[in-house]
Amino acid sequence: MTTAPAARESAVGTARTRVEGRDKVTGAARYAAEIPFAGLAHGWLVLSTVARGRITSLETAGVLAMPGVLTVLHHGNAPRLNADYIGLLGVPPDPTCVVFQHDRVPFMGWPVALVVAETPEQAREAAEALVVRYEEEPHDTAFTRDRPDAYPVGGRMPAETRKGDMEAALAASAVVVDAEYTTPEEYHHPMEPHAATARWDGGRLDVVDSNQGATWIVGELANLFSLDPASVRVRSEHVGGGFGSKGIRAHQVAAVMAATHLRRPVRVVLTRRQMFPLAGHRSATIQRIRLGADTGGRLRALEHRSLSHTSTVHEFVEPSTGATRVMYDADAHHTANLVVRLDLPTPTWMRAPGEAPGSFALETALDELAEKCGIDPIELRVRNEPERGPVSGLPFSSRNLIACFQEGARRFGWADRDPRPGLRREGRWLLGTGTAAASFPVMALPSTAAVTAEADGTFTVRIAAADIGTGARTALTQVAADALEVAPDRVRMRIGDSDFGPAMIAGGSMGTRSWSWAITTAAGELRERLVPGAGIPPEGITVRSDTTEAVGALAQMERHSFGAQFAEVAVDVTTGEVRVRRMLGVFAAGRIINPLTARGQFTGGMIWGISMALHEEAVRDSVSGGHYGADLAGYHVATHADVPHVEAHWIDDPDPHDPVGIKGIGEIGIVGAAAAVANAVRHATGVRHRSLPIRPDRVILAGTAGAGADAGAGAGARAAGEAHA
Amino acid sequence: MKEFGYQRASDVSGALALLGADAGARFLGGGTNLVDLMKAGVERPSRLVDVRGLPLDRIEPTADGGLRIGATVTNSDLAAHPGVRSRYPALAQAVLAGASGQLRNMATVGGNLLQRTRCGYFTDVSRPCNKRVPGSGCPAVEGEHRNHAILGASAHCVAVHPSDMAVALTAFDAVVSYRTGDGPGELPLADLYLPVDGTPHRETALPQGALITAVTLPPAPVAALSRYRKVRERASYAFAIGSVAAALDVRDGVIREARLAFGAVASRPWRARAAERTLTGAPAGGETFAAAADAELAAARPLPHNAYKVTLMRNLVVAVLTGLTEEAAR
Amino acid sequence: MAPPPSSAHDSSITLDVNGDKHTLTVDHRTTLLDALRERLDLTGTKKGCDQGQCGACTVLLDGRRTVACLQLAVAAEGRAVTTVEGLAEGGQLHPVQQAFLDLDGYQCGYCTPGQICSAVAVIEEHAAGWPSAVTDDVRPEAGPPPLTDDEIRERMSGNLCRCSAYVSIVQAVSRAAAAARAESAGTTAAGAGEAA
Repeated sequence: MTTAPAARESAVGTARTRVEGRDKVTGAARYAAEIPFAGLAHGWLVLSTVARGRITSLETAGVLAMPGVLTVLHHGNAPRLNADYIGLLGVPPDPTCVVFQHDRVPFMGWPVALVVAETPEQAREAAEALVVRYEEEPHDTAFTRDRPDAYPVGGRMPAETRKGDMEAALAASAVVVDAEYTTPEEYHHPMEPHAATARWDGGRLDVVDSNQGATWIVGELANLFSLDPASVRVRSEHVGGGFGSKGIRAHQVAAVMAATHLRRPVRVVLTRRQMFPLAGHRSATIQRIRLGADTGGRLRALEHRSLSHTSTVHEFVEPSTGATRVMYDADAHHTANLVVRLDLPTPTWMRAPGEAPGSFALETALDELAEKCGIDPIELRVRNEPERGPVSGLPFSSRNLIACFQEGARRFGWADRDPRPGLRREGRWLLGTGTAAASFPVMALPSTAAVTAEADGTFTVRIAAADIGTGARTALTQVAADALEVAPDRVRMRIGDSDFGPAMIAGGSMGTRSWSWAITTAAGELRERLVPGAGIPPEGITVRSDTTEAVGALAQMERHSFGAQFAEVAVDVTTGEVRVRRMLGVFAAGRIINPLTARGQFTGGMIWGISMALHEEAVRDSVSGGHYGADLAGYHVATHADVPHVEAHWIDDPDPHDPVGIKGIGEIGIVGAAAAVANAVRHATGVRHRSLPIRPDRVILAGTAGAGADAGAGAGARAAGEAHA
Repeated sequence: MKEFGYQRASDVSGALALLGADAGARFLGGGTNLVDLMKAGVERPSRLVDVRGLPLDRIEPTADGGLRIGATVTNSDLAAHPGVRSRYPALAQAVLAGASGQLRNMATVGGNLLQRTRCGYFTDVSRPCNKRVPGSGCPAVEGEHRNHAILGASAHCVAVHPSDMAVALTAFDAVVSYRTGDGPGELPLADLYLPVDGTPHRETALPQGALITAVTLPPAPVAALSRYRKVRERASYAFAIGSVAAALDVRDGVIREARLAFGAVASRPWRARAAERTLTGAPAGGETFAAAADAELAAARPLPHNAYKVTLMRNLVVAVLTGLTEEAAR
Repeated sequence: MAPPPSSAHDSSITLDVNGDKHTLTVDHRTTLLDALRERLDLTGTKKGCDQGQCGACTVLLDGRRTVACLQLAVAAEGRAVTTVEGLAEGGQLHPVQQAFLDLDGYQCGYCTPGQICSAVAVIEEHAAGWPSAVTDDVRPEAGPPPLTDDEIRERMSGNLCRCSAYVSIVQAVSRAAAAARAESAGTTAAGAGEAA
């Protein structure tokens, strides 16, 4: 068998249905809780019912006597774990997943025990029957703008950036916008709940899990249990969504603990309700933006301060001002991300962390400035296009923001828009349109891949990638096919197994880019190794790649995707109902590998923006400090009926420094989307909503421009802000 | 969920006997609410008596021109029934506005009427709730109550009844038929639900152990021109934050008869009789409609975070009645 | 009264799933969803919320869509269960499955079996003339509503998709419904031809 390539069309850039599509539509695709194991036992987590305090007793005797119950693990009998390490993503573990190590309870829903039984029904009843007593302490869950204990937190970026004299620049500005914007606690809620099955298999720990990166989870488990990483295997062939929430969590650790203790396979699945405190979330934010501009809308001053909350046990910052450091420049430019520690669960990365809430504030503020200046919002952005990174001073690898706006305006019909609010009416509905800009960083992290030329003329790619619904498995097949110069049907893509070697996670919109880089590298080398006409041995010829060096050699630049979002809404101010009528986004987000699946990434993100703008909000009961209505009937995500026709388009924008031209498309769709919807609501009603979600009660109370003041904390914020300054 | 016995009843008297044999037994209809509450630990029956297979699944015309709806008729069949759609369109609309296609296929008419509130404190067994644990307190009054009652509540409970169907049934003077071991009985739907007062755990006036067998709609020509409008926090698959079932008979610009009921504002579907009195005999128009709404809502006692419901209901009443008036003119 | 014997808490039942009869003893607490997944190894039916709030576990029960998480297995005895595994015939995908595959009506795939089972039922419910919450005039004399995208959206709203593949799901349902209508019209025409 020879491997001489015939003349062929590029697979990259052509629409292809998913490699695993047939398995998904027939129900054959198995997710983490769906792999059968002989002797499987079922674990059920018990969570704290107080928001702060100490466990004084766990009455396990009665529970252990219940039918089918095998064990109850808790801080009094659990093995000690090692939490003193830095994981793959550069952070120590959130103590929430370092389960059962002490009697402290730092928030409502803290894992206090795992009940393991023969059947899920028995485990559930026993877990519910377990009496846990607490010494309750007063909790502090009040997230307010004037917390004296708020402090700046960096993380992946500086906590603060500052240039110029802010007060002087504002004083010298002809037009000033000063407003506060708030976003609520938001939850990922992938449709597949977090699930893990752990077992010991021939001296190795084998974990079937639902996660965004098998390599990541292996590292965490090996560290926590002080194991050699080579003795841990994590598999996640199909993952039912992640959005940032599927990292190391309490259920995997509890499952490993129980499997080790019982010497049999143990599965732990989070209930939907348990996902609220245990699966991470996006912190609420309180953001203040001050803009100063000349009468032509050119920015002289730009200040963006964002406050988010984290738990008392782990530091996590929602870096909402990150994009502000990239989007717009001003002589006086000040950004800061602050955090306050409360008796609340630990937040985490959630689709476009920072950019999603930050762009709501920033892009709404820009809309306010455009209105004050009497300038079209797109023109305002044109006038404020920076030459270089406003904070970094570095050049952009490419910046096609205005091209996105121009293409979007043309497709959306923006030119026909009368900017005056409250003019268009259709029956009971007031109609309005809005726009906003989007950006998301372009990143890559080192990965390894193995590509094998098989004796039968096919190729097998092995990489510990995760397809959480992004279409990565299919896109990587296309990338590999082009790199190998064969048709995609000759490439077998195997992912979701840590035994395939270290690889980057599906996150930060850099999974497909990082993995493609490794696959392209290995495939290129393999092609050079294959001698035309020469045979291939039965075991095949395998080439491994490691992109650590190549990725590390990337020059420092401002690397981002950009986009322009457009929305049309209908608002009934008498009932408070807001409906998005159409939405359109145009993106400059690198080379598009698979237009069919890529469109879903963009529109999916945009629909997240609709959901964020109008629906999503976890309600917290101030008295208990816990959630109110912690389920999918209480936490509303957009349904079919909330989603109109949503269009995504893209312009040619290959990344010049990526082997395939990829930038990453998983997150930019949500950026700016909520602002576009909110700006459209303003255009429809004349009322500026600065607090998300734009709920019916808020719309009803705000009424129309003639009837009442703006909604949200805007006016009050200015007063409070002055007190701060 | 604790272990429980399960028995399937094949006739009504058998069902009553099975229930009567176990003080902890409950009837199981579609299960959409009961099974959910059992998973949440709110309901812990010792036995379920499955009544879904009882021969109570028919919708039949009554001699006087009304409709008798069997208790195990599913929501879907009720909403699809030509007689319901033709003569009580607001009832079909109300049913279709509730839950999802899947749940409507499961849920039964009898179960719908007896479903429990979706108050987040009621469904969370780690929190106090006077309805679930009498005397434990009502956290909603001081806590989260954006979607709680503005009418007929008490300091002991401010939860709302979640049904859409029952709102339309209330507007159309539905009568609930039931059976106990002692024989059959009837209750106007308006009297099925007890006032909250100090006993929010006592929800209905049904005798102990009673099985709802049917709901009868008396003839109501006014219902032919009727509408159900529901406002919720997303476009579908969500409970109401306010809803209106209304019917109007307008001739020569004068309201001859009006039916009006509110949903998601009280512990029960709320028949707006004060509003109906204002409407009857008055000229059809925005001023009348607003006055009618105000007459009903004068009794509203909103909490700090649900006062918007007063405005919402007033606006909904005006909008729905205006729409019906326009429809009548066509 | 005295506690009932433990055997009172489980029952031997026969479940009819995709035309196959399965006899098993179930704890009465076991939902149809858990019986399918944990006992019959039919994991195509997904557990998304276990509370009737997401639709991932949608199956057809006697031909009608149902959430299996709120259906007790013991109460499903004697009723025909169709799961996503039972839709394809002889390796030939059901037209709804094919449309989801072709039009990328999914992303992570976890809500997909429920969306597909629901869509199969939506097409049948519409063909039967059922109105929906967005049908302006529900009276039978108004005639059946056309299956517009808005009608599809409302009827499919009991199936959440967090990946938010809603746009392509609606396209897939619309295409499969149109194909079903065409086939039905073809059958009618053929039947008429035979009669003539």
